[in-house]
Parts: sequence; structure tokens; C-alpha cells
Amino acid sequence: MVLQCQAAKEKGTHMMKRSFFSVTAPRLQVDSLPGVLPDSVRIETPRQIMLLIEETADNGNAMMLRKGDPVKTGQKISLSTDSKAYAISTVTGTITHIEPFPGESGKQFTAVSVAVSKEADPDESFATYCDSPSLEGAVNLLGCLPGSPAFEIFMDADKPIKTIVINAMDQDLFIITAQYALTAFYHNLTQGIQHLKTITGVEKVVIAAPQDAIQGYGDIGASVMGIDKGYPEGLPHLIAQRVAGHEIPVGKDFQDFGMAFLGVEAVASLGRSFQNKKPARTKMVTFMDKNGNRSLVSTIVGTPIRDILKRFDLGLNDQDRIIIGGPLNGYSTYTDAFPIRPDTDAILLQDKDDVAFVSDYPCINCGDCVRVCPARVPVNMLIRFLEAGQYEEAAENYDLYSCLECGLCSYVCVARIPIFQSIKLAKYELGRAATGEAADE
Amino acid sequence: MNNPKKLIVSHAPFIHIGSSIPQMSLHIILAALPAVILGGMFRFGASAVAVVSFSIATAMLWEIAINLVSKKPVSVGDGNAAVIGLIFAMLLPATAPWWFVLTGTFIAIVIGKQIFGGMGSNPFNPVALAIAILMISWGDFLDFDEMYRHFQFDFIPTYPLTAVKHFGLDAIEPVRLMDLLLGRQIGGIGATFGIGLILGGVYLMIRGFIRWEISLSFLGGVFITALIFNIIDPSRFASPFFHLLTGYTLVAAFFLAPEDSSSPVNFIPMLIYGAVGGMMTILIRNIGAYVDGAILSILLINLLNPLLDKIRPKTLGKVA
Repeated sequence: MVLQCQAAKEKGTHMMKRSFFSVTAPRLQVDSLPGVLPDSVRIETPRQIMLLIEETADNGNAMMLRKGDPVKTGQKISLSTDSKAYAISTVTGTITHIEPFPGESGKQFTAVSVAVSKEADPDESFATYCDSPSLEGAVNLLGCLPGSPAFEIFMDADKPIKTIVINAMDQDLFIITAQYALTAFYHNLTQGIQHLKTITGVEKVVIAAPQDAIQGYGDIGASVMGIDKGYPEGLPHLIAQRVAGHEIPVGKDFQDFGMAFLGVEAVASLGRSFQNKKPARTKMVTFMDKNGNRSLVSTIVGTPIRDILKRFDLGLNDQDRIIIGGPLNGYSTYTDAFPIRPDTDAILLQDKDDVAFVSDYPCINCGDCVRVCPARVPVNMLIRFLEAGQYEEAAENYDLYSCLECGLCSYVCVARIPIFQSIKLAKYELGRAATGEAADE
Repeated sequence: MNNPKKLIVSHAPFIHIGSSIPQMSLHIILAALPAVILGGMFRFGASAVAVVSFSIATAMLWEIAINLVSKKPVSVGDGNAAVIGLIFAMLLPATAPWWFVLTGTFIAIVIGKQIFGGMGSNPFNPVALAIAILMISWGDFLDFDEMYRHFQFDFIPTYPLTAVKHFGLDAIEPVRLMDLLLGRQIGGIGATFGIGLILGGVYLMIRGFIRWEISLSFLGGVFITALIFNIIDPSRFASPFFHLLTGYTLVAAFFLAPEDSSSPVNFIPMLIYGAVGGMMTILIRNIGAYVDGAILSILLINLLNPLLDKIRPKTLGKVA
């Protein structure tokens, strides 16, 4: 059964319902780009932006940042000289707040708010980098380009990268950001691939693109691989499996097989940065309002969601929901001050009447999750152990770590058990226990 | 900023397919209604209505009672107790006494389901368990020939399975398959009307409320085993079609065997589960001591379920 998301987008997130005939597991598809490329809606530079740095301010290092410090456009902002985490300011202005900011899944950020001044004053460090591009420079300066390219995986000498996979598959339903970047930023993408090859020395580049969009990329400098649009075929794990030609064993990552994943927008940003001799700062975001009207928004990294809502004249009510990313594997936030981050592909609004609630019912063993699971995890058994808090057992005997985190099990669950949440919680708790043990030794 | 809205934060996914347990229960009840109303109530009259109503009502009351006693939230709203009450009534004769129904629903709800932890935790089909215990304790009340003795029918009022077991094929010579399909036979309130049961079953299968693999392999198991017996000795063993349409076969295939909690979820286990159930039904009927083997074979495959479900595809990325 193909549930048509195209139909859903007209009505918003409450339309994705069970089809009348349900002999087989439901099959969801990611959306296609409209035939005519939509114009993106530009959001004006807001008066205030927020940059999130994935580090807490209390780690004992000397704080480099002070309230009132001036920042330039393109300036690297980090909490201390030693810290690896950083943000790149997309505006010129003054720091107004530095505060801890709790993120999704237990992540801790430091939020740096910058009041934007009228005059733009570009920082010179990128121009210097342009003269002598290197991988170290990319790790230090380009990690916060729109699309969030992870260059540090190329630095690991033990796991040399042989193949760069550029993922042009949108990671969830409703999102068209990656497909748009693939089509609209062809030129920058070509430049980006060239540059990537130069700084990493990797020759083999593969673009994973939707099956119906693989034509016309002959001169781009990479081979194109068509991927089925059925969700979750576009998740990196399943693409890696196709590129490698075999399953990725549990506990191994893509680097173990010489693969590095970069988002298509990240590579295009790289190309654009070199073309303009200044770091790209505009992020493409799929924005969908409560009624399912979808727009493509182009805005600078750091723009609070509030400003996007203002641009569309949209208000929020109590108990509405802001979803960052897609409806199946995104996360929700508690504040409309949440900024666009380099890896934010979509913002969805959900009305309080459409919010899908979970229940505390036990598993009734109907097996819908088992049939829908792309990783063939025995979810019906797994959830019993997770609900009992027996995480080790769940990992050992019921394949917790095979989970690809696509969210389909919770989506189909008749008892409306928050299975996906339990899985994430179990992984988080086991991860914490493991780091705790490592710290003890 | 001065008056921030309180947004809902929860974990992904943010959409749901829309299915729910009450919806599932409702559709199972709907699917059973043709067989119960057309096959049972019109054929057997007001006493059938009384048994069905009392069975559903007592099943729900037992559920509420055990919820209160165990200080758990009242779960009668999920409809599962009503489903159990209805399916239980489908297997009873229309003349079943009130205490028989009351005891049966007690066994099904309390012993069959709730003491194991409620819906989803029962290792046996609650209805099959209740019928099996009643069959052993007060078997006479499930003897359909005896129970319908005072009824007037325009067809031969003998329970086909008893007839063929004790009097051989000659006794069922006048029974036409069409009669069985149209419910012109005696038996459980909801178990006689073949067409109604098949319609209900097909509806549940295409809507995905039951797993077609289990139902079809159960029927396949019945058919093939009966066919083998029939081929070996056509003078002693009835045709496979006869077995498909008599006794509890269709109810078992569509309403008992696919019960979620006590059945497997993987493809091959579902096929084995169903096929073994069908096969055992015929073995008990043809060479066993009991007239109808469906109930006991359901309990047997329930017992096999955890073992069978170990047969499953290798998980993604699992090494050896």
C-alpha cells in the first residue's frame, strides 16, 4: 500500500492514515520535487540570531566569549581555545547573551545570541583559507557551513576514506530540501565536488539521488546512484549498504568501510563558499505550516524560527508543536526562539488537534512493527525488554543496535506505544553506562 | 517573547497511522456480526440473543471487576473484553444456561487473560481456554444434539461432526455443502453460518486486522489433512469441504487462531502455526477422542507459538 504523501501535503500532518486495504505493511514515500522548481522564500536577516555550540560552558576552560564582544560575519566562535565545537557567525554584531541551552536527546548546547548591526564586516579567516585550502582548515572553519559537513572523519588515519557519498535523499517525509539543493545548486555542487576531491584526495564520489532524479549529472564529477523513494531507503545506513554491496555489521560505522557521508547541501555550500570567497551562510529549509502548505525557505543559519513564522504571518497556539526535521525522525522544540542550525532541513508546524498521542498500553503482539521494520528487528520482543528497563538484554538478544531509527514502528503501533522513544532512551542509557565505565577505568 | 506559547514537546514520530485497539476490536465485532445475527440469532431465536448479550456483558463486567481488584486503570474501553465475550458466545449452544456463560467468561477474562497481565500477555487464546475447560468440566452442555433437542428445524437436527464420528459417512449423506454454507446445521451460535464467517474473515484479512497467513494456513492445514484422510479411506472419512464448514473450523481460523497475543508474528512461523493447527484439528476429529478438535488444536499451537517465533529473519547487520 503506497500512502500518498503528495495527498498529505495538502492537508498537513494529520493525513497520513491507514489505507483501507492493509494486507501488507504500509509503505511511505518521500516526496518529489514539484515539476517546476519552486521559488524559495527569502527571510530577511533578523535583528537577532542565535548560534548553538555543542559544548557546555562549565568545562573549566577559560571562556573566550564575553557578553558585549563584537563578532564579524564569518567569524569562528568557540567557548575556549581548546574546544573542538564551534559556530560560525553569519552576521556582524554584538554578543548579547551566552546561556546554556538544552537540546534534543540529552544534548547540551551553549546558545550565543548576537544582536545584528547594520554594517556587515566580513571576517578574513576564510579568505586566508581560500589561498591555501587544506583538510585541517576545512575541519577548523567549514564544519558549520549550511548542510553541516563533517570533515573530521577524513582526519582519522586508521580509517582511510575511499568513497565520498553525497546524500541527496531527503531524510524524512514532506522534506524536499536535499532534492532542491541537488537540482538548484548544480553549479555549486560541481565546484564543491572538485574542491572536496582536492582537499581530501579521495577520487571516488557517489551521489545518492532519488530514482526519478538521476538524469543529467554526467559532468558533475561523481557517479550517481538511484535510490528508491520508499521511506526509509534514503537513510545513510541503507545507502551505505548499497554502496558497499553488503550489510554494515552492527558496531561498525561507515568509515570502517572507507565511506564518508556528506549532505548534498553541504557540498554545494562548499562550492558556493569558494566561488564567493566567503563562507556560505544561507540554509535551505522546507517549511510546512499547520495546513500542510509547503514552502522552501532560504535563511541564514541562526535565524530563530520565530522570524520565519513572522515572515509567513503565522501564529502559534498553546499545545501546538514545532517539529525540526521530518514527522518520523525529527525532534520537537519547546520554543520558537530555536534557531535554524546548519543541519536543519525542515520546520513543520503541527496543530494541537493533529498531535499524535502515545499511550501506556502494553504491546498486544500484533506484529505490525515487525513487518514494517526495515532492519528486521523483532520489535515485539524488544519493546517488552525495553519497557522493563532491561537494556543490556535488549541489546544482546533482541538487536537493539540494529535499529536504524526510522520511527516506523511507533508510526504503525496499534497500542500507540512510544517504541522509538524507548529505543532512543535505551541507547542513550547504555551509552551513558559505557562512558561511565570508561571513566572509572 | 513576553508571552511565550506553551508548545508540546514529545518524541518522534509526530504522526500516527491512526489505528488503535478500540478500532481493531470494533472491526472484529463487526466482522463477527453476520455469522452471529444471521446465522445464530435468526436460526436459534431469542435464546441466542440472550446468550450473546449475557456473554458480552459478563465478559465486560469481569474485566471491570478484575481492573478494580488489581487497582489498574479500567481497560474495558479497548473493546477486547467485548470481543472475547462475543467470540465465546459464538461457540456456545443457544440454550447454554446462564451460569455456564458466566463461568465461561470468568475463565476467559480472568484466568485466560487478566492474571497473565492483561491484553497482549496471555499465552493462550482466552476463549479457547474457556471452552476447553468447560468442555472437560461440563461437556454435556456443549453437546449440541442434546442442547437443541427441543428445537424444531427444517433440516436434520444432528451435529454433523457427532454424526460422522459415531455413525459414519452414511449419517451425513443428506447434508449438502450449501446447507452448511447457509447455516442449515446445528452448532455454536456463531459457528454455523459458513458464508457469514467467510465474509467476516475475508473482511478482517484484507483490512489487516488479522493476519491472513495464519487464517489461510489454518484452513489449508484442515483441507489438506482432511483430503489425505479422505483419499486413504473415502468410506470412513468425510470430505475436506465438510470439515471446513462444520464444527468450529471457520471460527477458529478467523477468530481464534489469529488472536494477536497467542500467535506468532513472523511469516514462516505464522504459516507453520496455522498449518499445524489445521492438521491437529482434523487428526483429533478423525482419529482422536473428541468430536471437534479445533479448540484443543488452538491451545496446542498457542503452546508452540513462542518456540515458533524464534524462527525469524536475520536482523540487519547482525554478525552470525
